[in-house]
Amino acid sequence: MIELDKVVHSYGGGELLSQVSLRLAPGSFHFLTGPSGAGKTTLLKLCYGALLPTSGQVRVFGQDRREMTRDDIALNRRRIGVVHQDCQFLDHLSVADNVALPLMVSGRADGEEAQHLDELLSWVGLAPQAQSRPPELSGGERQRAALARAVIMSPDAILADEPTGNVDWEMSLKLLQLLIELNRMGKTVLIATHDLNLIRAAKAQVSARVLRIKDRRLQLAGADL
Amino acid sequence: MNAVLKTLADLLAGDKQADRVVPPTGFTVRLTVFTAAAMAFLAVFALALSMASGRLADRWGEALARTATIRISAPQGQIQAQTDAVMAILWTTPGVADPRVLSRDEQKDLLAPWFGPDLPVDNLPLPQLIELTDEGYDAEGLRLRLSAEAPGAVLDDHTRWRRPLIRAADRLRMLGLVSILLIALTTAAMITLSANAALAANAKVIEVLRLVGARDTYIARAFVRRFTGRALQGALLGTVLGMGAIALLPGADPAGGFLTGLGFQGAGWILPLIIPPLAGGVAFAATRAAAFRVLGGFT
Ligand SMILES: Nc1ncnc2c1ncn2[C@@H]1O[C@H](COP(=O)(O)OP(=O)(O)OP(=O)(O)O)[C@@H](O)[C@H]1O
Ligand SMILES: [Mg+2]
Repeated sequence: MIELDKVVHSYGGGELLSQVSLRLAPGSFHFLTGPSGAGKTTLLKLCYGALLPTSGQVRVFGQDRREMTRDDIALNRRRIGVVHQDCQFLDHLSVADNVALPLMVSGRADGEEAQHLDELLSWVGLAPQAQSRPPELSGGERQRAALARAVIMSPDAILADEPTGNVDWEMSLKLLQLLIELNRMGKTVLIATHDLNLIRAAKAQVSARVLRIKDRRLQLAGADL
Repeated sequence: MNAVLKTLADLLAGDKQADRVVPPTGFTVRLTVFTAAAMAFLAVFALALSMASGRLADRWGEALARTATIRISAPQGQIQAQTDAVMAILWTTPGVADPRVLSRDEQKDLLAPWFGPDLPVDNLPLPQLIELTDEGYDAEGLRLRLSAEAPGAVLDDHTRWRRPLIRAADRLRMLGLVSILLIALTTAAMITLSANAALAANAKVIEVLRLVGARDTYIARAFVRRFTGRALQGALLGTVLGMGAIALLPGADPAGGFLTGLGFQGAGWILPLIIPPLAGGVAFAATRAAAFRVLGGFT
């Protein structure tokens, strides 16, 4: 469903990623690791079409990224839920409205997904903060809200950039559990993380593949984890 | 056309949710109301000016083209003889209709505006005036015959002073229309500026909306609706005030002075009502163009 073929990316200086090939099959579960600054966020952005590769080909749902119009990109974002590393919200709306924002902008605010809003907020432990404004949330609460917003459209794929960076271990496991559940429902999951314990915890439950960015290349990490 | 109507209908119907995703634009949008009101007010006057000068040009063109005057200046004793001679010529000139010798009283009325009502006309050696209706006579031929038979008679077919007047009135009408065009462009420029300010102030909002899958049209619409609505409101207010100001001008004097003739007549009062929708259209196009230009900068 998302395919990278010999992708090279540079932000203008030297190459950050070179010859990266990757295929996210429907229903697969991947982790992405690597040192800070290695290009994990960049790789995720290439996957959801926010960045154009310097060379090589990116195909999202079978469509070449270079041939996508701005509307195609917008529509793709409704099928790929993204948890951004710097969770961004609309500060003038409540947390509940922010989580429901993807439904609003796609004209589905009255659809069946909207009925799961409360359930979803309790799942990520944000029911008490539903009417707060995002700036009033803690870092971890923001990440949970971002995850809820990423999954509310019931997307085909979920790409999460450090979704557990600021939460305690217990909450990390809970968020991981949510992603595993979604994966069992057939959704493709890709999580960028530094947290090796999280990867281990996941591997006990799903067959997850671990990708590592090393020396600008993407490698499949072995059983050493 | 249908698509445009549908967009306008959607705009007026409003979309509470889309309006909510962009925070209130407060001050900039209130400036838009003021700008649109002021511009509409000016547009009403420019429209009144061009309509009044248009009417004036038509009236002069029509009334003056159809009459001419013959002035007979001669020693007292000869005036009657020359008048008779001129009338005889006029009756037999093809293209001249209804020649008429103006009476002393009529001449007095004509002079009254210039010299006051107490003018002792009887004691003055006034020329005799003859009015005729032009149905296509040959002015040069008539002049020749007049000079042969009534040397004191001078034909004034009004073209000499009519042309520059009509030209001036036409020019005035054009200036009015150019002013309306300039007002429309200025409105577009000011709304573009305030829309740009609002878009820049909401860069983060736009970014988040794009991230969660909003299409450009959705985001643009939230801004376009706001600015179009406010421009409409402002223009409506300005138009009503402008029309009121014109309605309150002192009534048109039948003598047709230019200033007192400034205003709308009859069905002409409908015309300024196109100003608010026009302003709405200008705001719509300006904000939409600004929004799409800004949106191009976000992935
Ligand atoms: N928009 C940008 N313009 C220029 N350079 C950038 C841009 N975004 C990222 N970089 C650079 O690219 C490199 C990789 O950034 P990236 O955010 O992908 O790293 P990361 O692996 O996600 O790191 P972390 O684990 O800290 O989140 C960094 O050196 C960063 O400075
Ligand atoms: Mg990162």
